[in-house]
Amino acid sequence: MIFALIGNQNCGKTTLFNLLTGSNQHVGNFPGVTVEQKSGAVRGMDDCLVVDLPGIYSLRPYSSEEVVTRDFLLNSKPDAIINIIDATNIERSLYLSLQLMEMHIPMVLVLNMMDEVIGNGGSIDIKLLSQKLGIPVAPISAANNTGIDQMLETVIDTAQKRIYPSVTDFCEPGPVHRCIHAVALQVEDHAAREGMPARFAATKVIENDTDIVKRLALNQNELELIEHSAAEMEQECGMDRNAAMADMRYNFIEQACRDTVIRVGESKEFQRSLRIDRVLTGRYTALPIFLGVMLLIFWLTFGLIGGTLADWLAVGIDMLTAFIDRGLTNYGINPVVHSMIIDGICTGVGSVLSFLPLIVVLFFFLSILEDTGYMARVAFFMDKPMRKIGLSGRSIAPMIIGFGCSVPAIMASRTLSSRRDRIVTILLIPYMSCSAKIPVYAIFAAAFCPDYAAIVMMILYVSGILLGIIAALLLKKLGAKEVTVPFIMELPNYRMPSSKSVLLLMWSKAKDFLERAFTVIFVATLIIWFLQTFDLHLNVAIAGDSILARIGRWLVPLFTPLGFGDWRIVTSLIAGFTAKEALVSTMGVLLGTGMADLPAALSSLFTPLSAASMLVFTLLYTPCVATIAVIRQELGTRRAAIGVVIMQCGVAWVMAWLVYHIGGLL
Amino acid sequence: MTLNQLTAGESAIVTKVGGEDMLRCRLLDMGVIPKTHIYVRKVAPMGDPMEINLRGYTLTLRLEDAKRIEVRREEPTA
Repeated sequence: MIFALIGNQNCGKTTLFNLLTGSNQHVGNFPGVTVEQKSGAVRGMDDCLVVDLPGIYSLRPYSSEEVVTRDFLLNSKPDAIINIIDATNIERSLYLSLQLMEMHIPMVLVLNMMDEVIGNGGSIDIKLLSQKLGIPVAPISAANNTGIDQMLETVIDTAQKRIYPSVTDFCEPGPVHRCIHAVALQVEDHAAREGMPARFAATKVIENDTDIVKRLALNQNELELIEHSAAEMEQECGMDRNAAMADMRYNFIEQACRDTVIRVGESKEFQRSLRIDRVLTGRYTALPIFLGVMLLIFWLTFGLIGGTLADWLAVGIDMLTAFIDRGLTNYGINPVVHSMIIDGICTGVGSVLSFLPLIVVLFFFLSILEDTGYMARVAFFMDKPMRKIGLSGRSIAPMIIGFGCSVPAIMASRTLSSRRDRIVTILLIPYMSCSAKIPVYAIFAAAFCPDYAAIVMMILYVSGILLGIIAALLLKKLGAKEVTVPFIMELPNYRMPSSKSVLLLMWSKAKDFLERAFTVIFVATLIIWFLQTFDLHLNVAIAGDSILARIGRWLVPLFTPLGFGDWRIVTSLIAGFTAKEALVSTMGVLLGTGMADLPAALSSLFTPLSAASMLVFTLLYTPCVATIAVIRQELGTRRAAIGVVIMQCGVAWVMAWLVYHIGGLL
Repeated sequence: MTLNQLTAGESAIVTKVGGEDMLRCRLLDMGVIPKTHIYVRKVAPMGDPMEINLRGYTLTLRLEDAKRIEVRREEPTA
């Protein structure tokens, strides 16, 4: 049996999904769109599959999330719908439920957060509500894990006995009622052919869901008749059709709730949220606290926790590598194969794994921010400045994470509600200078202006941000015609996150990254190893004669105008493609100096001006291969990812050129 | 008057929901329909967007979009 789990955002849907399925979850994408689809078998019941559909408020075809849900229900015909709602916010939540009930699929209404309702002295008459809505109702508390077994029993029972919603008529006799029934009769046979319930088809046609209208294949005559009915309804109601339909649904809900729901004033959770918000979104406190929180997360992720974990992991990998190294040497294996295993495979695996602690730790904090409801507040008070560059407040978090590492930053952009915002955010993230570039800045600062290292760093970061803003403004200009998604967002009450949800999210992000990025990063590292090891005749190269060095030499003319046309620097830049850290180490190898003497060697190779040009180029040129792998995954096409690489390199070249030449005039 | 003209702490009743396609439908879906009571909780630190309470929950929307919602101010019942 297949169950579709549907609900609003912030209603505890994910918590329930995790309770039902445990860790046997499968994460994928819906075909053709980058909307995440999670599914998993119910624990202890391998024949019951739960599909977690995106959090939505309505079935209108405006966002890909809504279309995906509608099409899943129409095409896959699940055995039952589990519609979870926030019982403390029942009126607004039932709006989606009424639309689901029209789909003629066995359905159970799950009232989550019943503990909060009761804790505040309120109550909901489950039996009467179930009678009024014509579907079974199950009260639960996902956070406290109560009522789940009974709920599951009800769901299975409803699905097995195929108990369809018994109330499908939500309107009182009147113009809306007449219109829906007239249209339902007109589209009945068309809908039947498409396997669509007539009432659902009728409301969608009245609401002008073009996709459904097309599917029903109505002829001109029928369309005119329907238009006539709708126009008549509009006139009689004194409202247009969309308002009339919404009004009809909310009227029904108000009536159903009047006799069944007792609510006592403002809840404790609501009042607590108000108190917290006085500080967290307060006029003078909002921004400083937000910056403080982000700095703390950064310090913990890249310093204290993630950094330590990454160091341990590096030690582990080094030990393993040394072990393999010894084994291979003792075995007397061919030196080239030896190098391939040690310098190619082990380095490749190591570089993939080195990202893992950062991703896991960062997503630990992010999911806490998201689940508590703080992220929504950040979006709330950061919306105004972000809108100036054509984005919404929701984009701020991924961008800031970009200062740490672009990989989790791009992965985090998935929470953005519109595809356009997601694309623009992903394009801008590479402008936020990631932490792997710090060694490059540090070594140049040490070589040229050791006393002003901090200022050099500041200038680089700020230039990155400024260029990002310019790029965003350009994108805004170019994409002006595109429909912007209105920023209308619920601010949920602050809640304690469930540790289980946080842990499962970390696990799924880590798995996601390993599964999808592994091959790309691994293959890229092997290719670079190959190019570094062999010369053009596929003999083992002496340093400076490898294919990579040849390519570096060949590309030198391209970099001469930027002031650093030295093949060793160019080759290092290419090596930096695998990971920015590799840039410095490759320079060390090619210049034949150790790390300690590198600054001295650099100061003989660069003038201060060409060094500045080089730093600007490093700041802006192609992101590392891991970033490109996730960009490809999130944007969905290889072409888009290659486009990003070319665009970044182009911008880097132009900016470095400007720095070198304008700086030369001064 | 329109919703964006209210200041924090004021209440109103929605009389008409304007706006086009997506904005309008989204407002309607979120329960902003004629006859709904709205309480303006606060305006974001930088002056936009605003935070409102309706139907027992909290919603945020931009002033530009709030301009499309016509309301009648409710005098506070002392």
